[in-house]
Amino acid sequence: MPHKILKKQKLAHLVHDFVVEAPRIAKHAKPGHFIVIRLHEKGERIPLTIADTYPEEGAFRMIVRAVGKTTYELCTMKEGDEILDVVGPLGRPSEIDRYGKVLLIGGGVGIATLHPIAKALKEAGNKITAILGGRSAEYVIMQEEFKKFGDIVITTDDGSLGMKGVVTDAMEYLVKEKGMDFDIAWAVGPTIMMKFAALKGKELGIPKMWVSLNPIMVDGTGMCGACRVTVGGEIKFACVDGPEFDGYQVEWDELIRRLKQYKEKEEEAFEKFLEKAGDVSWL
Amino acid sequence: MKRQPHKTPISEQDPKVRIHNFDEVALGYTPEEAIQEAQRCITCPTKPCVSGCPVHIDIPTFIKYIKEGDFQGAIDTIKLYNNLPAVCGRVCPQENQCEAQCVVAKIPGFEPVAIGRLERFVADWEAERGEMKLPEIKEKKGKRVAVVGAGPSGLTAAADLAKLGYDVTIFEAFHKAGGVLIYGIPEFRLPKRIVEREVEYIKRLGVKIETNVVVGKTIPIDEILEEFDAIFIGVGAGAPKFIGIPGTNLNGVYSASEFLTRVNLMKAYKFPEYDTPVMIGKKVAVVGAGNTAMDAARTALRVGAEKVMIAYRRTEKEMPARLEEYHHAVEEGIEFHWLRQPVEYVGDEEGHVIGIKCAVMELGEPDADGRRRPKPTGEYDFIEADMVIEAIGQQAQRILLDEFPQLKRNKRGYIEADPETGATSVKGVFAGGDIVTGAATVIEAMGAGKKAAKAIDRYLSGEWNPWE
Repeated sequence: MPHKILKKQKLAHLVHDFVVEAPRIAKHAKPGHFIVIRLHEKGERIPLTIADTYPEEGAFRMIVRAVGKTTYELCTMKEGDEILDVVGPLGRPSEIDRYGKVLLIGGGVGIATLHPIAKALKEAGNKITAILGGRSAEYVIMQEEFKKFGDIVITTDDGSLGMKGVVTDAMEYLVKEKGMDFDIAWAVGPTIMMKFAALKGKELGIPKMWVSLNPIMVDGTGMCGACRVTVGGEIKFACVDGPEFDGYQVEWDELIRRLKQYKEKEEEAFEKFLEKAGDVSWL
Repeated sequence: MKRQPHKTPISEQDPKVRIHNFDEVALGYTPEEAIQEAQRCITCPTKPCVSGCPVHIDIPTFIKYIKEGDFQGAIDTIKLYNNLPAVCGRVCPQENQCEAQCVVAKIPGFEPVAIGRLERFVADWEAERGEMKLPEIKEKKGKRVAVVGAGPSGLTAAADLAKLGYDVTIFEAFHKAGGVLIYGIPEFRLPKRIVEREVEYIKRLGVKIETNVVVGKTIPIDEILEEFDAIFIGVGAGAPKFIGIPGTNLNGVYSASEFLTRVNLMKAYKFPEYDTPVMIGKKVAVVGAGNTAMDAARTALRVGAEKVMIAYRRTEKEMPARLEEYHHAVEEGIEFHWLRQPVEYVGDEEGHVIGIKCAVMELGEPDADGRRRPKPTGEYDFIEADMVIEAIGQQAQRILLDEFPQLKRNKRGYIEADPETGATSVKGVFAGGDIVTGAATVIEAMGAGKKAAKAIDRYLSGEWNPWE
């Protein structure tokens, strides 16, 4: 059954906020879960994350950044349009517990993935500090939502909001200058950001850091192994063993390399899409 | 009339042509060829072929109808036993089943009757004539059965239960029903329109199919247990196994499941018309020599590989693939490297695979299943390849099992179920197919689905309850 886009809003250039009809996902998704979508009969299956759920309305929220053919095509869709396939919730949920002092590090649309985790951690009685990073002010999404959970520190690459710099600079600031310590951390964002956040977390003595990996996937249900990652020297499938793993154990360079496997094909598909789609500067 | 010693040949696409397309290799009998082949059956009184069939199709009767030119009679007979005849006629290993028992083959120099080709012929004959005839469907019983997984065992159990008057819903994790018939077996061996046709037939029996539902996730186990009177689990053994040698995560190393899913289910061979890409290697090495390995190798050729090799740790004699598939692979120019056990995938500076370091093996003593066990000679060689596809077997699909800890499993991680009824350790829950036996054949999974459907009927009508 197709899934209707109930609401859609542009948050920043190429970043769009969707509310999608999917009663079962809305009812059963837990923090940390993800979904796989396929836009139409000829579409590919891509994993996306869940930003929030609305069980009463039978819908969930997702925030998508257009980076390739399928995400661009999704972002050109309008309210009332339908996504052919949405499957989920997939993966293992986050390990929510009362840890004490929790540091959350979100970059770009990874902030949206962190949102349900932050909410659950807050409800579990943790003291939350969140670092939200983006290229510039408009990319630092969900600031108001995160303010409800605890203190936030904003970083932007260009200094248009908050600290000028990247999330690791803010980590250093909190621990070294403000003398804060944390019992556990979550970092979600671009792979390269998570890699450096994990390195920094280890250096700063944060005991554990969860990261939410986003490797290439096909089915998302453990049937193909496309998403395999090496964690602690073992091969894991991100779709069924993750997507969250101990960031200190992930072999980041392998993951970054595997993410580039289809670069040429992705470019080919994207160019073909642009030819058909015409002007997409409004996205 | 003198009886022909050999099977009536089936026309096939020329290997030189077919390696460039995804059309079916075997073209099927004409009505005349079918009648001619049917006449090779001597209608023996002992009918050993029937006992060789996991679903016990009344083979001599359907062949007798073909002899008489009554193709409808033939297909009606088959459908009393088998809901997916066009599929089974194509992918069953008849040489180990019905045809292995055929009395005609006992005559020196004679081949068995081509039962599989005849089954395929009548199934296709009916489909080409338009709407397939529906069998009798019993009065509604007002009881609900959930089937988890729309593969061969689930589709069969669902169809039989629907015919008995149950309300059946199949929950399928993928966006399309068919299981391995859709994501695993390639188009050139089993055209997807045939699977779609058989799935349509099952829907017309009244079976509801809900795709994109991962039972245990989209619908929690306790909800399913509460909402349905009985459950059949047929989630298969679709999870890939890797040998686990160094270099497994290099770019260009695939599981056969991923490679075949991309090409079959996602139609990557039509990229960029379809969005899913697949890597096209120049030199492709497939590891393993089962049917999946043959499928992967022949698919790699068709998407454009210049050279395709198969590396196997034993020899041609121990190879698990069907002979027919092996012959097709040889005809198409696949190169075989026997007695080669990969020990490492070697990559370049960019992390892309460039070849396989293999231990050279020799055959030792026979193992438990009677095949001679390979052992290392101490020598190594190197197979150059810019793409590697591992096809060394599958294991239990984990998602449902992870969410259903009450369900008893055996040592190999498969569901423990009674082989005659499919009854599991949990009341009202039955299982069958690869998730019980480990990777087996389509028809064996269908056989398990049939047995479970019968048992579910007995359980739901209060005749029998193994959990009391």
